[in-house]
Amino acid sequence: MGMTMTQKILAAHAGLSEVHAGDLIEAKLDIVLGNDVTTPVAIGVFEKAGFTEVFDNEKIVIALDHYTPCKDIKSAELCVTSRDFAKKHGIRHFYDVGTVGIEHALLPEQGIVGPGDCVIGADSHTCTYGALGAFSTGVGSTDMAAGMASGLNWFKVPPAIKVELTGKPGPCVSGKDVILHLIGEIGVDGALYKSLEFTGEGVAELSMDDRFTISNMAIEAGGKNGIFPVDEKTLEYVKDRFKREPAVYEADPDAEYERVVTIDLSKLEPTVSMPHLPSNTKTVGEAAGLHIDQVVIGSCTNGRMSDMRVAASILKGKKIADGIRCIIIPATQQIYLQCMEEGLLKIFVEAGCAVSAPTCGPCLGGHMGVMAAGERAVATTNRNFVGRMGHTQSEVILASPAVAAASALAGCIADPRALGE
Amino acid sequence: MRGKVWKYGDHIDTDVIIPARYLNNPDPAALASHCMVDIDESFSSSVQTGDIMVGGWNFGCGSSREHAPLAIQASGVSCVIAASFARIFYRNAINIGFPILECPEASAAIKAGDVVSVDTKTGVITDETTGESFQAKPFPPFIEQIIDKGGLLNYLKEK
Repeated sequence: MGMTMTQKILAAHAGLSEVHAGDLIEAKLDIVLGNDVTTPVAIGVFEKAGFTEVFDNEKIVIALDHYTPCKDIKSAELCVTSRDFAKKHGIRHFYDVGTVGIEHALLPEQGIVGPGDCVIGADSHTCTYGALGAFSTGVGSTDMAAGMASGLNWFKVPPAIKVELTGKPGPCVSGKDVILHLIGEIGVDGALYKSLEFTGEGVAELSMDDRFTISNMAIEAGGKNGIFPVDEKTLEYVKDRFKREPAVYEADPDAEYERVVTIDLSKLEPTVSMPHLPSNTKTVGEAAGLHIDQVVIGSCTNGRMSDMRVAASILKGKKIADGIRCIIIPATQQIYLQCMEEGLLKIFVEAGCAVSAPTCGPCLGGHMGVMAAGERAVATTNRNFVGRMGHTQSEVILASPAVAAASALAGCIADPRALGE
Repeated sequence: MRGKVWKYGDHIDTDVIIPARYLNNPDPAALASHCMVDIDESFSSSVQTGDIMVGGWNFGCGSSREHAPLAIQASGVSCVIAASFARIFYRNAINIGFPILECPEASAAIKAGDVVSVDTKTGVITDETTGESFQAKPFPPFIEQIIDKGGLLNYLKEK
């Protein structure tokens, strides 16, 4: 029986000719990642177990992105722990304020991860790099510590759900709408312990940024990873970034899938997820008119260059509605600089938005946009759990950058396709 | 292990187990003092050592924060029983040597406040309040080895 794309990558990294769903394997890791919240816990575990050397200081990435620039003394102390460890072990890919970006936008941009890699990260959205045709999954701090010590980790080989994409998306339909729609279809545990393998002619219609957004939220369906085939767009993206040789894996024609979900991109509407689960999806039309207090455009899900451009195209020459706070966070310094060069920062500020340095900040209710009881946000982030962006009685509605920007102008949930009518 | 049950529903996410605003201090005792606060303010002050937490489907979904099983463990809870676990929470609990049991039948039948005893070796869960018994799925031998060694790093160290 054939293997899925994920199974092939895992087999190759375990030194096996084949693996099957359910096998427990030990695989070699190409990259081990942590952030300012999870790395200090991993360092504690690493040192307590008596390890003194990391397996390879070129293959560990530490990105201080969650609470930075530090929001309080305790978070500053966490960063000190990571900084000292990075210095002591000569961690090459160490990103601090000034160079750091939101990790899952940063690693692909800097060419640290690429096709065929096996990556773990102590951050649940590490599944983002599946967009590049890598096996990449979120783990905890002890897994990160094990990875830093040995360059290896254990995995249960996942079964897969095949997501067949057909058609071409209509106006204002993006990767975010695809993944929200999928989570609405299969539920927040619809892909629990499984791979989501995206395939079909519709893949070619999606930009790399769309694919990053889709893979990023595989975890929101419970998935272990969310992976795309490597095509011309992937190879073009990694060409001048990725320093290693891309390894291209394809699913066997007779690979086994537990389930096939078909999504016709041409039939999708701009989609939102209502509180308090990403699976509570509605079309933007069904939610239109709902009052909001805050808009957040950014995060590892939707803080990339194309997201900034979409938001700017909607906000250009306009003012956001009275009483609305709109916070825009370009995900990396390179994206921030590009926004500056393209005049997008001017558009945002003139529209009445606040623009922040790269940080995860408000997405997890950390800082830079925490909400009070009774407030409601539209956010391009990935989770709308109880208390996610602040008070337990605040609410988050997940949406694409187009819907978020249109909503900022309207002061309520709004359909970006209706602008100018 | 034997204790009183704290019962929660489906999709208990790591943001409610330990909200991100408390992640700036990973000290287990500090995490325990805020555990479950966003859905159950009484938990951290009333939980007794040995108590058992019972959840529904997809327990521990969301973020990869190991702070979540650490917070529950440091609260004194002896084990978590759920209908199913989100995969990163499942890994994290095993990796820190914190017992968790997957058993949809027990999750559905056991009520808040029941006294439950658990044999983690055999996977037998007994609700002493009702007299009902349940069989949890056993761990694969490899995972049992990690738990027996007291966590992943000890396992790795011995290898």
